[in-house]
Amino acid sequence: MFELVFFSLLNGIVTGLLLFMLASGLTLIFSMMGVLNFAHASFYMLGAYFAYTISAYLGFWIGLIVAPVLVGLLGALVERYGLRYVHRWGHVAELIFTFGLAFLIEEVVQFIWGKDTKAYHEPEILQFPLFTFFGQNFPAYKAFMLLISIAIFIMLLLILTRSRVGLIIQAAIHKPNMTAMLGHNVPLVFMGVFGVGCALAGLAGVIAGPALGTFPGMAVVLGSIVFVIVVVGGLGSLTGAFVASLIIGLLQTFAIALDYSVNDILTAFNISFDADSALRDLWSLSLPQIAPILPYLLLVLVLIFRPMGLFGNRET
Amino acid sequence: MSEITKTSAATVSTPALKRYGPWIGFLIVLLILPYIFSSNVGVYTMNLMGIFIIFALSYNMLLGQGGMLSFGHAVYFGLGGFMSVHFMNYLEDGSFVFPMWLLPIFGGAIGLVFAIIIGSFSTRRAGTVFAMISLGVGELMAASSLIFVAFFGGEEGVSGDRTMGPPLFGVNFGQDVQVYYLIAAWVFVTVMLMYLFSRTPAGRLANAVRDNAERAEFIGYSQRKVRFVSFCASGFFAGIAGGLFAINFEIVTEENLNALTSGVVLLMAYIGGVGFFIGPIVGAVLFTLLQSILSNYTDIWQLYVGVMFVLTVMFVPQGLTGIMMMHTPAWRMKRVGGLVVPYIRMGVPALAMLAGIAGFLEMIHHVRGSPADETMMSLMGIEFSTHSIMPWVTVAVLALVGGYLVRNQAPQLKEAWETANNPDAGGKEA
Amino acid sequence: MTAAIELKGLRKRFGPTEIIRGVDLEIHNGERHAIIGPNGAGKSTLFHLISGRYGLSGGSVSLHGEDISNLPPYEIYRKGLSRSFQVTNIFPNMSVFENVRCGLMWVKDYKYSFWHLVDRERELNQRTAEVIEEIGLTSRQHIPAGVLTYAEQRALEIGISAAGGADVIMLDEPTAGMSHSETDQAIALIRKITDGKTLVMVEHDMGVVFDVADRISVLVYGEIIATDTPENIRNNKAVQEAYLGAEAEE
Repeated sequence: MFELVFFSLLNGIVTGLLLFMLASGLTLIFSMMGVLNFAHASFYMLGAYFAYTISAYLGFWIGLIVAPVLVGLLGALVERYGLRYVHRWGHVAELIFTFGLAFLIEEVVQFIWGKDTKAYHEPEILQFPLFTFFGQNFPAYKAFMLLISIAIFIMLLLILTRSRVGLIIQAAIHKPNMTAMLGHNVPLVFMGVFGVGCALAGLAGVIAGPALGTFPGMAVVLGSIVFVIVVVGGLGSLTGAFVASLIIGLLQTFAIALDYSVNDILTAFNISFDADSALRDLWSLSLPQIAPILPYLLLVLVLIFRPMGLFGNRET
Repeated sequence: MSEITKTSAATVSTPALKRYGPWIGFLIVLLILPYIFSSNVGVYTMNLMGIFIIFALSYNMLLGQGGMLSFGHAVYFGLGGFMSVHFMNYLEDGSFVFPMWLLPIFGGAIGLVFAIIIGSFSTRRAGTVFAMISLGVGELMAASSLIFVAFFGGEEGVSGDRTMGPPLFGVNFGQDVQVYYLIAAWVFVTVMLMYLFSRTPAGRLANAVRDNAERAEFIGYSQRKVRFVSFCASGFFAGIAGGLFAINFEIVTEENLNALTSGVVLLMAYIGGVGFFIGPIVGAVLFTLLQSILSNYTDIWQLYVGVMFVLTVMFVPQGLTGIMMMHTPAWRMKRVGGLVVPYIRMGVPALAMLAGIAGFLEMIHHVRGSPADETMMSLMGIEFSTHSIMPWVTVAVLALVGGYLVRNQAPQLKEAWETANNPDAGGKEA
Repeated sequence: MTAAIELKGLRKRFGPTEIIRGVDLEIHNGERHAIIGPNGAGKSTLFHLISGRYGLSGGSVSLHGEDISNLPPYEIYRKGLSRSFQVTNIFPNMSVFENVRCGLMWVKDYKYSFWHLVDRERELNQRTAEVIEEIGLTSRQHIPAGVLTYAEQRALEIGISAAGGADVIMLDEPTAGMSHSETDQAIALIRKITDGKTLVMVEHDMGVVFDVADRISVLVYGEIIATDTPENIRNNKAVQEAYLGAEAEE
């Protein structure tokens, strides 16, 4: 039992921090520009594919650095020539634009790289078990993911709280018009933040690609989860996004690890049911089975009972 | 046509012909279509078109009429489909007797029930929160559908047999064309009902709340209830569309209620034009045509659809119907004729450019996707080798020359457009 | 006789700042009451509190003796209080006719009906046409409201507010930004549609205020410093100091 909890905790934190890398960018973009970027996870996918192609020629480490930069530049271009143009049609059009972009990027990825899963692997020096605990291995690559995520997290924290750019960003989050009046180039800041947010997503893709698989559906798999995080944490709140990332990460790993079903609970209370009844699916439901729906359940509940999210201060 | 094309026409009394004319025309078109397109593919496409028309119109009750952006509308469509296919099976088992042609009503009923449940909390706000809840509920349903196998049938879905109901005048819907008339009848009735809904107080107030939700509260209406009514009606019609889908395909799977289907309906409505009642009809017809025709010729048709969608959102937010409607002033002034030549001068190079770009993409796709020794590909019936230089030169010339001419011809089109739309211009220039 | 509107100890706080600091006011049935005061005095906030746009931080609002504190705007409207907005607040994508018709829908008891066809409801449409006639927009009735001129939009704004026949009508700066001739037309319109009703208006144009109002309240920094007839307000020392003096040359 202890080893189960230990590994689930560790895996949960790895997933949670990875999710935060996506969620932080999305949150920053949303709080500054008011746009919930549907294509955010698509940039994550592009990160993985770019890194795959680069690593095939120049190796993993070059890919780790170059791919996020490319994704960031692409993101800045999308903001400059796409989003800023669509802005004139209003808020709903912006949402639909990012939605269409997500659809398009998936098609483009399939066009360029094909539909099958790409053989994008971790570098050989990281292909060993870091430690063994109760007979279970903890791969070094996961520790590497953890390390990168923590480094990014600390960097983000330092930039936002200690640097001049960070102050401008914080100001632009709260009062975009006022910041513009103080002489800061808000459109440039927007483009920068959008680009950096996409680069972060790209970086997450680079390091997640080998672990979670590099395939055209990877954006969809993670995309809606990241939305859940941003909304549950509270739109516009970085703290909220952080906490929610960890909650979702842990929720998913624990739900998969703990194999309990409704039936088990009922048996514990000495209740038994006709196994053939139409509701049999309900009684045999187990935690791993409902793991995929837990985040969405959480989302719907939060939106009903606390529309501003866990740490949010505004109801959109 | 002006009566059904405008969402905000306020004509109090119109002559009978103008009021009923479009509907009679619509009915006639529905009746004779199978004689024109009698092939299997034709009937198949038209059936799908009819289903999508209802679905897209029901979606537009939210987005276009009520200002609610939903990313989970397939939930009501899919549930309607599942409910109907289950009832189809009950009919087959002889559990009860019910005419098959009325089956979609069960789809509508479950769509309505779920819309009432979900709408009771999701319609509190419009904008991003509504969009997010719709997305969350959509994902929740899609994920649940793989868990509750008894109702959703897991990955295989649930199939039924539409011929098992009591026959209607000897028709048992064994042939696709019989199903066509069934769908056509439902299309006619539901399109009319949805149009009439937009002319009721609830429908008018939905527009008011879309335009300015706060102001609506100061003329006595709760924005939440106004949205709720539209939301329920929309769920009902989406469920009917789902029911027709079940009858037409005799199988309903998880795919019918997942995010992809929700995205498709948004795409159809938006490309057609959400600001007009007939917009989603245009969008549904176009999308179905693209899907069934393009997919015959190319594997990457979804790429084209994606590009088209993004370009539409960026440059033509009023949709195709919006473009057509832009011509009404010129039409009224009888000056559309003056636009024909400029359009041709612009259209031919534009087509050449698009053909060049598409050809380029197709060739790349072919080179990557086929075995190394297979160099011959066929595009629109033309056979050529992708390893020779000529085809590449051809598409490059098409794209570049086309593109150059498009730029070159743009000013004359703009000028012609301004002349045609300027009420002060002296009409005919001799 | 109960007052049309009665405010008791009304307060509104935004964070640490108190905008409305204890307002007591009684507006009689059938009177034309103007609220004046310098910029930032809280006039619009006061309107928002009465009409339900903002929640109260303290005190109470009654309409015809009935407590309406913290009710949602639509409930207050249904009890017979209708208002216009300082910033034009109409339904821009709908025609003028539709705008006015929507303003009539609730009082004509259509509620959320989806079984009436609005075009077939003769009485509703007749009344709509009458209102449009009154606000002088008959020739523009099929045009989307968003493309009207500013003065026309202001007239429409008043038309929507008054269409439902509410017996208390609150107008927030109905003549703001209008030229002289437009203002004269607007005043004539306001007189016409509020005939026999209670009118509360915020107005900056002193000519309009002294011309239209039966009584005037002066709001300064969230408090009412005087409520009286135009004549007495003009001669009130405190008012002159706080407000009128500064704008006397206008």
